[in-house]
Amino acid sequence: MRQQRRGKRKIVGTKVSMDYSLLFIIIFLLCFGLVMLYSTSSYNALIKYGKATYYLEKQILATGIGFVGMMLIAKMDYHRFVPLAAVAYIGSVICLILVKSPIGIEANGATRWIGIGPLSFQPAEAAKLGLIMLMAVVITNNRKRVGELKVTLGIGALAVPLVGLILILTKNMSSALIVAGIAVVMLFVASPKYSHYVCIAAAGAAAVVLVLLFGSGFRFERIQAWLNPEMYADGTAYQTLQSLYAIGSGGLVGKGLGQSVQKLGYVPEAQNDMIFSIICEELGLFGGVAVILLFAFMIWRFMIIANNAKDLFGSMLVVGVLAHIAIQVILNVAVVTNTFPNTGITLPFISYGGTSIVFLMAEMGLVLSVSKYERTEISDRVRK
Amino acid sequence: MNKSLVYNRKKLFIFIVAILLMVVILIGRLGYIMIFQSEHYSELATQLHERERQIKAARGKILDANGTVIASNKTVCTVSVIYNQVSDPEKVIKVLSEELELSEETVRKKVEKISSREKIKSNVPKAIGDKIREYDLNGVKVDEDYKRYYPYGSLASKVLGFTGSDNQGIIGLEVKYEEYLKGTDGEILTVTDARGVEIDYVVENRVEAIPGNNLMLSLDVNIQKYAEQAAYRVLEEKQANYVSIIAMNPKNGEIYCMVNAPEFDLNDPYTLNYTVDGDVTDKEYQDLLNKMWRNQSINDTYEPGSTFKIVTATAGLEEGVVTPESTFSCPGFRIVEDRRIKCHKVIGHGTETFVEGTMNSCNPVFMDVGLRVGAERYFANMEKLGLMEKTGVDLPGEAGTIIHKLENVGLVELATMSFGQSFQITPLQLLRAVSAVINGGNLVTPHFAVGVTDTEGNVIKTFEYPVTEGVISKETSETMKYILNMVVKEGSGKNGQVEGYEIGGKTATSEKLPRGNGKYISSYIGFAPAYDPEIIAICIIDEPVGIYYGGTVAAPVISELYANILPYLGIEKADTAENAEEESN
Repeated sequence: MRQQRRGKRKIVGTKVSMDYSLLFIIIFLLCFGLVMLYSTSSYNALIKYGKATYYLEKQILATGIGFVGMMLIAKMDYHRFVPLAAVAYIGSVICLILVKSPIGIEANGATRWIGIGPLSFQPAEAAKLGLIMLMAVVITNNRKRVGELKVTLGIGALAVPLVGLILILTKNMSSALIVAGIAVVMLFVASPKYSHYVCIAAAGAAAVVLVLLFGSGFRFERIQAWLNPEMYADGTAYQTLQSLYAIGSGGLVGKGLGQSVQKLGYVPEAQNDMIFSIICEELGLFGGVAVILLFAFMIWRFMIIANNAKDLFGSMLVVGVLAHIAIQVILNVAVVTNTFPNTGITLPFISYGGTSIVFLMAEMGLVLSVSKYERTEISDRVRK
Repeated sequence: MNKSLVYNRKKLFIFIVAILLMVVILIGRLGYIMIFQSEHYSELATQLHERERQIKAARGKILDANGTVIASNKTVCTVSVIYNQVSDPEKVIKVLSEELELSEETVRKKVEKISSREKIKSNVPKAIGDKIREYDLNGVKVDEDYKRYYPYGSLASKVLGFTGSDNQGIIGLEVKYEEYLKGTDGEILTVTDARGVEIDYVVENRVEAIPGNNLMLSLDVNIQKYAEQAAYRVLEEKQANYVSIIAMNPKNGEIYCMVNAPEFDLNDPYTLNYTVDGDVTDKEYQDLLNKMWRNQSINDTYEPGSTFKIVTATAGLEEGVVTPESTFSCPGFRIVEDRRIKCHKVIGHGTETFVEGTMNSCNPVFMDVGLRVGAERYFANMEKLGLMEKTGVDLPGEAGTIIHKLENVGLVELATMSFGQSFQITPLQLLRAVSAVINGGNLVTPHFAVGVTDTEGNVIKTFEYPVTEGVISKETSETMKYILNMVVKEGSGKNGQVEGYEIGGKTATSEKLPRGNGKYISSYIGFAPAYDPEIIAICIIDEPVGIYYGGTVAAPVISELYANILPYLGIEKADTAENAEEESN
């Protein structure tokens, strides 16, 4: 700060090659994800569709589309997306509303999808990307005043329609939580203030306590099941308990790739939210920790890219993506290990889900694009 | 200036630290579950995944005195289909209906039924099972199993007994020695998916079955066969209800044979050995089966009649109320109290010695002896000879004595009991009592099982049976052997003679209750050699048609049997009849 005020140094962007470490982690996670997806889904696919590779094929297709998209985005200058931010945001709001239209697809008592013909799409995934982009733009435009409570609340309000629509229309608690989390993290990083966020943390903790004390019905039972999974073995906690069985029976080194028994219908839809438990069963503690560390390393790369980004917009984009991945991974692992009450949340890059993978790859494209423009500080003296 | 500010970095770092903290917590949690709770969850998971499947243990064999296998196991197959694994249902239906000789419709119904495992047919011969296995059809399982098999079919059926669907003994020795024969079932623990379908690639946990031990019998297949032949011949000739023959070693109670003709097929015990007229309900059919399975030698009682005079004579000698030389006179009846009890010879036997009276099977003689002994002493002698208790034979369902209470026995009752009427015992009880009379006074326990061997043939158990020594004096025993030898040699038991052997014996003809219905039981009990008995046998013919005298119909049966088996048993012929007689004197 001091240096800036003195005006002794000028800051310019230098074009460098994209962050290959990150690209490598992404490719590695995608490949690993496909292997584990095949391992976990082949049984269910065979039973349900008579074809072991049913889920794998769909996932490979989505991954391919996502990868091409990622590379295209990575090639472009991310500033070209500034005008698209509002479009993405409004588009995702419209898509969320369309869930309740005739093209909405209902599954398991909730409408979380819209589909036209063979294509289906989960608007909540688009909403995450839309929010990250729009918030990055708005924060950049208001960077001087972002610490003011009014401005903070104003920017934060952007997340409210999305969170509201996701909660009310799609009854998707976990996506709402992630969207809200992304908004809070982006503002926290952008703002010079701490007090606001201490208040938010306190309010969040209070809300949790209130739910625990006065909660009832569906959510309350989930929490009870979380605390005593073995008491609710046949009902609410069935999935959690099966997940614990899978993790526990993995031991240190696991049963070996493909050797999980829990994936054979015991853990329902093992290729989805609970895929990490099967990874643990097959690859053991070492495999499970390795996956977590891979994500940790990815987040570390995001931080480096955010810190070295050419401008605040680039930084904020990366911070948004970082928040998204971090929250989702941590929540997923916490749910699977019963550290957090069960809420349907997928493991990025690994769980089955076409929309999720395509939008994640788009986010990766943005981060890679940001990584190409590094900030360099050039001293006036040197120039002379 | 469009750059991220220093506080952005600082706050991002704070967030990263928070995330890393959570990552550390999650790794800790993961480690806790996967190291410290691993055993707990693994166990719960295994319980959830594993299904037990039993491996039936092979049942122990039953061997006769020569080591011939008379009950063994046959490998049979159970053919079943697993719906989810069938890939070509049409072929499966075709092959199974052809090979198993079932209608296509029946097989189709089972193959197309959605179930985790559907049994098509059990007790399929191994050859057919192997053939089906060779087709290598997906989803068709051929499991091997054991089925009890009796190589001799109906031989000693009522003694051996048979087994049920779980290979458990149902009647006879099979049930009596269940604990030795049955073995310990093993199990296969297979891993299944959530629907209960077995997973092929997971290694099975196997606990092997331990086969049962073999049972060694004193029963001799050859003797049993001879006896059956003899029994069936007389059964047919005399159109009798049934014919029982028991042969035993009087010295130790080992039973050589026990025939109860007609026998039934042990390999098909649920089919009657005769055709029934008209319809029978299931319950009636079951009653008929139960009747067919009855072992008359031990399950049924009868009035022994004159063979019981052996007991009366023994009691008289033991109590000193009679000697072989005592004389009696028979006018053809005796008046006891207000009753006139006839002798079978209406004109009477006149004056006779006790020996002659026995040879003549003269009722008045024995009435006299019985009355001299008195009811109390008479009962005491019966008790000494084991007639007031079950024999303790190693077969289930043995019947006991049916007799008046001592205080109700008046002179008339005692008189009739003296020649074997007004009470009932089993044939085996009589055989045991007579054995004690002729073996020097030792009351043995009749039995079949001698020992138990393991699958390698090592003897792991030898059965011991109680013997009560000296229940009667040696002198009485010697006298009785002489008297009974005389019965066969020159008396009513002449038909019991066997060429070249000294035989002792006694015949009987008892009229079945109610008296005067013309139904009789002819019987004969005989032993050889007369002065050192190695074998004693009894033959009971229930309701013979035509001539019914025991001496005429029953004695020849044992005579014929002895002619065959005495040489077989290695019992040497006596040099001359005179030698033996001198010996005894």
